[in-house]
Parts: sequence; C-alpha cells; structure tokens
Amino acid sequence: MPIREKFEVDLKELQRKLKELGAFTHDSLIRSLKALETKDINLALEVMEEDTKANILEDEINDFAILLIAKQQPVSIDLRRIIGVIKIATDVERIADFSVNIAKSTIRIGKEGKIGPVESIRKMHQLTLEMLELSLAAFIEEDVEKAKKVASLDDQVDELYGQTILHYLENNEGTPESLSETTQLSFVCRYLERAADHCTNIAESAYYLVKGRRYDLNT
Amino acid sequence: MSETQTQKSVKGNNDTKLVYKTNGLNLWYGENHALKDIQLNVVENEVTAIIGPSGCGKSTYIKTLNRMIELIPGVKVTGEIVYRGRNILDKSYPVEELRTKVGMVFQKPNPFPKSIYENVVYGPRIHGIRDKKILDQIVEKSLRGAAIWDEVKDRLNTNAYGLSGGQQQRLCIARCMAIEPDVILMDEPTSALDPISTLKVEELLQELKKNFSIIIVTHNMQQAARISDKTAFFLNGEVIEFSETDKIFSNPSDKRTEDYITGRFG
Repeated sequence: MPIREKFEVDLKELQRKLKELGAFTHDSLIRSLKALETKDINLALEVMEEDTKANILEDEINDFAILLIAKQQPVSIDLRRIIGVIKIATDVERIADFSVNIAKSTIRIGKEGKIGPVESIRKMHQLTLEMLELSLAAFIEEDVEKAKKVASLDDQVDELYGQTILHYLENNEGTPESLSETTQLSFVCRYLERAADHCTNIAESAYYLVKGRRYDLNT
Repeated sequence: MSETQTQKSVKGNNDTKLVYKTNGLNLWYGENHALKDIQLNVVENEVTAIIGPSGCGKSTYIKTLNRMIELIPGVKVTGEIVYRGRNILDKSYPVEELRTKVGMVFQKPNPFPKSIYENVVYGPRIHGIRDKKILDQIVEKSLRGAAIWDEVKDRLNTNAYGLSGGQQQRLCIARCMAIEPDVILMDEPTSALDPISTLKVEELLQELKKNFSIIIVTHNMQQAARISDKTAFFLNGEVIEFSETDKIFSNPSDKRTEDYITGRFG
C-alpha cells in the first residue's frame, strides 16, 4: 500500500479527467468529419455548441492540478506528471477547437458543395484520431514506444497534407466556381495537420514524464 | 444511543455539525494578551489545521480546548468555548469528562514506560474495564486504527520504549483512541518524526477523521495543506484568516496570510 494513498487517489482522478477530455475530443473530431462528409449542417452546429464542454473540462483539470501542486508539494515524476497534464489539457482542448474549425468549414461549404473531401483527408483524419489515442495512452501508461509511434504517424500526416493541398490546387485550375469550397477543404487539411502536431506535443510530454528529459518529436 | 452518535448519524445532507464554537475568546498570561477575540468553529469529522509563526497563540488556543491551559499559573480567560452545546469555560463543566471526550497527542511521543499492550489499556482500565477479552479487543482495534497493529502484534508485551519514534507516536494515537474520544487534539504531532513516519501519520489522519474530529497545530504549513479540510492562520494572537484549506493555499484573502504561506515572513 502506498504511504500517500490520498495523493495517489488524487493523481488518478487528475488522469481520469484528462481521459474524459481526450474521449470528448476524439468524439468531436469524428463527428466534425462526419458532418463534412454528409453536409450535415445541424451536426456541424452541434459540434460547435458542445465545444464549451472541452473548455470547462480543461479549466477543471487546471484548477485541480493547481490545487495538487499547492497542497501536495509534488516532486520528481509526480511533479512531471502534473505539469504534463496541464500542458496536455491545453493541447487536447486545442484539438477540440480544430473540430469546431472543421464544423465551421462544413457550414461555409453548405449543402451545395460539389467536390467533398478526398480519400487522403479521410486518411489524415483516421491517422489523427489514432495519434490522439496513442499519445494519451503513452502518457497515462508511461509507454515510450507508443510515443515514438505517434511521431512516425505524424510524418505520414505531413506527407498526406502536402499531397492533398497539391491535389486541390491542381484540380482547381480553370474552375473558379469551386474556389471557395477547395479553399475550405484545404483549411480542413490544415486543421487536421495542426491537430496531429498537437498529438505529437502530447507524445513529447509522455517522453518527458518517463525520461525526465525533453525530446523534439516534431522534426 | 449517545448524543454524539445521534448527531453523527444524522450528518449529511449538507447540515454540518459543529463540535466546537469559539466566541470572543480572550486569554492573558499575566499582562500578555495572548489570544484576542478568537472566533472559530470546528466541524465534525474534519481536520482543522492551525498554522502561524512561533508565539502566535496556536498552541495556547488548542490547550484551551481541553482546558489544559488552566494548569498554567496566572492565566485569565474570557469569552466562551462551546463544545457540543455547552460552554467548557464554565467552571461547573466537569473537566475530567471533557478530557475523556477530547484526547490529545503531543509533539514528542510520550508512551508510558510499560508494554505496548499496557499503554493502550491504561485509559480503559481507569474507566473501569477489567474484562480481559474486551481489553484485548480494544488493543487490537486501537492499534489497527492507528495503523501500527501489523508492526507490533507479535510483541505486544514488549516495552513501548523499544519502538521507533514514528511507531511510538502512532502508539500514542492508539492510546488516545482507546478511550473512544470525540475529538483528537494534536500539537505538532510529527515535528519529532522522520519524513516517512510523518507521511504515515498524515495518511492515518485521513482515516481517523471518519470517526473523530481532529484539530492539529503545525509549524509545517505544507503539512496543513496536505492533510486538512480547513486552515486557520494565527498571527499575534489573532485569527487572520480561517477558511477552506483549498482556498487558503491557492488564493488566500488576506495579504498577511499570503505573505506567511509564501515564506515572505514568519
């Protein structure tokens, strides 16, 4: 039995809150792409409205972490864990914001969109979801291998991003009427690419937690 | 069912029960005005911590709660301390009864020079319990409650002086629990202990508060932060701030509290 049982329980609770934020954001990211695919404006509006939940969860996590630091004087891995949760909560909340951005693009494209997302966007989206899950698991399970996997998936997302943007630019030549839609779809690409970068940040926090040293996985 | 048990059983639904209500308490050591108009309520089943620099009156205050302060010559007290509805400063209040309800643990572990077993049964024996079976039960229950049973169960008849400092302090807590008090007062209970023993006693308090109300004086404000539900900050005989420990240590209302807990004076 650990001596500081109450502190252990509090640390678990902090991680539970982070998982809750992660699950919410994961779901939000799925729904935002579904809205884009199906031109479902109502679903897009829902994603936007429900985003306040991510902000509330982030505040709760930060408040709880501040209290733990003030009251428990954490050191070593405990301190790194709490600081990690604070940083990760910011990353995850930011990813939820990208879901909102995708929902806004969906609304701007509207019901009349002709082009729609291409397969490579779906692939980026799938990879980003996987990275979100893996990076949070890397932190919570203190698993460096999972963190490394996140970094390699990010390379794939970057590759796809380049290809997709190029694809839209090439296909838009001579069809100015679809310029607005291709611009929005390019933005969606950018949002996914940025979301994936935030997952890499989370993986870096996992690295820092386990090793006590900083690693740059974003290069 | 005793009055105390009845009060505990109806607890919940947000109606917090007060164990102590201190109203306008003033205390003088001769000419020295040591406590000034203290207002402080202690809630049942909570840990209430009292912090403050040396000489601020925190030990004086805790010693008024079981009237130990009377033992010091030249002390004058005014105001009232209401314990479970009765003013204990009223001279007609039987002090022996008060001290069976309000146990105390001191800075330095002070076991009797007797066996571990005899230390625990000392109080119950004075209260007339003779049945060996009942005494055995009290010993096990108290030592378990003080999280020391596993360490001493095979040597209950050896002298308590053979225990480590941390074990001795937990034995003193067990001795205090053996008379089933309502409140446990603690005056710097871990300042003579090593860090791990300190953490063990701190963790123990989280268990104890389920059955007792605890008031602890501590020099170590980090300890107050870790273990208490409410914290009172004393300075020059006054209560400067008294509120939820979460608030005191994350965003205190008074500048003097902030300066003290952040180490800017004291």
